[in-house]
Amino acid sequence: MPVNENQNGGKEKLVQQEDLYDVVIVGGGPGGLTAGLYAMRAALKSVLIEKGLPGGQIAISDSVENYPGFESISGFELSDKFFQHAGSYDLEVLQEEVTSVDPGLEHHSVTLRTGRVIKTHAVVLATGGSPRELEIPGEKEYYGKGVSYCATCDGFFFRGKTVVVVGGGDTAVEEALYLSKIAEKVYLVHRRDALRASRILQQRAMNECKIEILWNTVALEVKADEHGVCAVTLENVQSGEQRDLPVDGVFIFVGFIPNNSLVPQGIKMNADGYVVTDEKCETSISGIFAVGDLREKYARQIVIAAADGCTAALAGAHYVEVRKGGETVCAMPVSPA
Amino acid sequence: MAGKDIIEISDNNFDTEVLESSVPVLVDFWAPWCGPCRAIAPVVEELSGEYGDKLKVAKCNVDDNPKTPSKYGIRAIPTLIIFKGGNVSEQITGAVAKSQIAAAIDKAMS
Repeated sequence: MPVNENQNGGKEKLVQQEDLYDVVIVGGGPGGLTAGLYAMRAALKSVLIEKGLPGGQIAISDSVENYPGFESISGFELSDKFFQHAGSYDLEVLQEEVTSVDPGLEHHSVTLRTGRVIKTHAVVLATGGSPRELEIPGEKEYYGKGVSYCATCDGFFFRGKTVVVVGGGDTAVEEALYLSKIAEKVYLVHRRDALRASRILQQRAMNECKIEILWNTVALEVKADEHGVCAVTLENVQSGEQRDLPVDGVFIFVGFIPNNSLVPQGIKMNADGYVVTDEKCETSISGIFAVGDLREKYARQIVIAAADGCTAALAGAHYVEVRKGGETVCAMPVSPA
Repeated sequence: MAGKDIIEISDNNFDTEVLESSVPVLVDFWAPWCGPCRAIAPVVEELSGEYGDKLKVAKCNVDDNPKTPSKYGIRAIPTLIIFKGGNVSEQITGAVAKSQIAAAIDKAMS
């Protein structure tokens, strides 16, 4: 009797759940791709959705020197390895934009720009973060025409030219140093009278004759002519003096913001907009996980994003098993044999 | 339309292939060292197939052809420009979603 019930129930469920995924992963950086890899190994019906470039932020970094096992590897090569590895388990990858993630009692829903709605037991949010914008006039208009957030991507166009770097942290100084090898002159504009960057980077910047640091200075506006950016308006915050500095490029490194626009209402975030999770990477809504740079944590590193992806996929596999009413958790590899 | 060729554009043939084209032209400005460019390339190929004869698709290597990107103020890649009747109709910078590129193509064609 119990056996019959199970069989009938099981068949009905199969029909209903044909289009129901076990896990939908939103974002294709190291966190999302690792979640995909582990989800496939746990035999979950999985799909990863990435709107742009698979690999995430690292795909555009010049070189990665702190991912264990690789003394030095280009960001693109490492992200491609992540992608190929997940692909070796036939992970389904959609290049689409997700417009909303809606929690539900029966299942969660992920809606794409195309209008398609994907139903799923579990969701892994792996949307990462983006460079913070200065939000000054000209910044958006001239992005790609002299305004950049990535020296290694766009430095090529500024050989022998004059550029300004805005910011005072590690990234700003690193990128200024990188640009000093290409450009004729690099101005480093910082709103305070001391850099936040690590001592070793500060020292390198001070010793680089092509870099001139403009202290207590903020950028107010990016100006352009028909060829692209031609000047940046600066203000000395102490004297109030304003001037236009002729430059060909403006590189902006003023921090990082989590890409949290798809995080559903009701999920707990901290004051800076990072998603708060438990040790399973599960958010305050059951079955919705957050990994990588989107998640509140001490350090934002590739290895940590990957570790988060693993945690979320394993915890997600357990969640899915329980949802399906199965008692066994054999699909979840708890630890390597 | 699978197998439609993507044309290689140089500083020399840009005017004839792009500006004097009778149909809109999507030009993908790229370089071999650019990761995001490699990521977007298959998307551009797919779009080339999907739009068939209505859209010409071309690639321009900015390493080998500095004049054309400079003329259009391009200082970041990948940059996609859709030319219509010899003029810039739409311009997109960065490895963006396929739907966003398709929307720009549709806008340029309308």
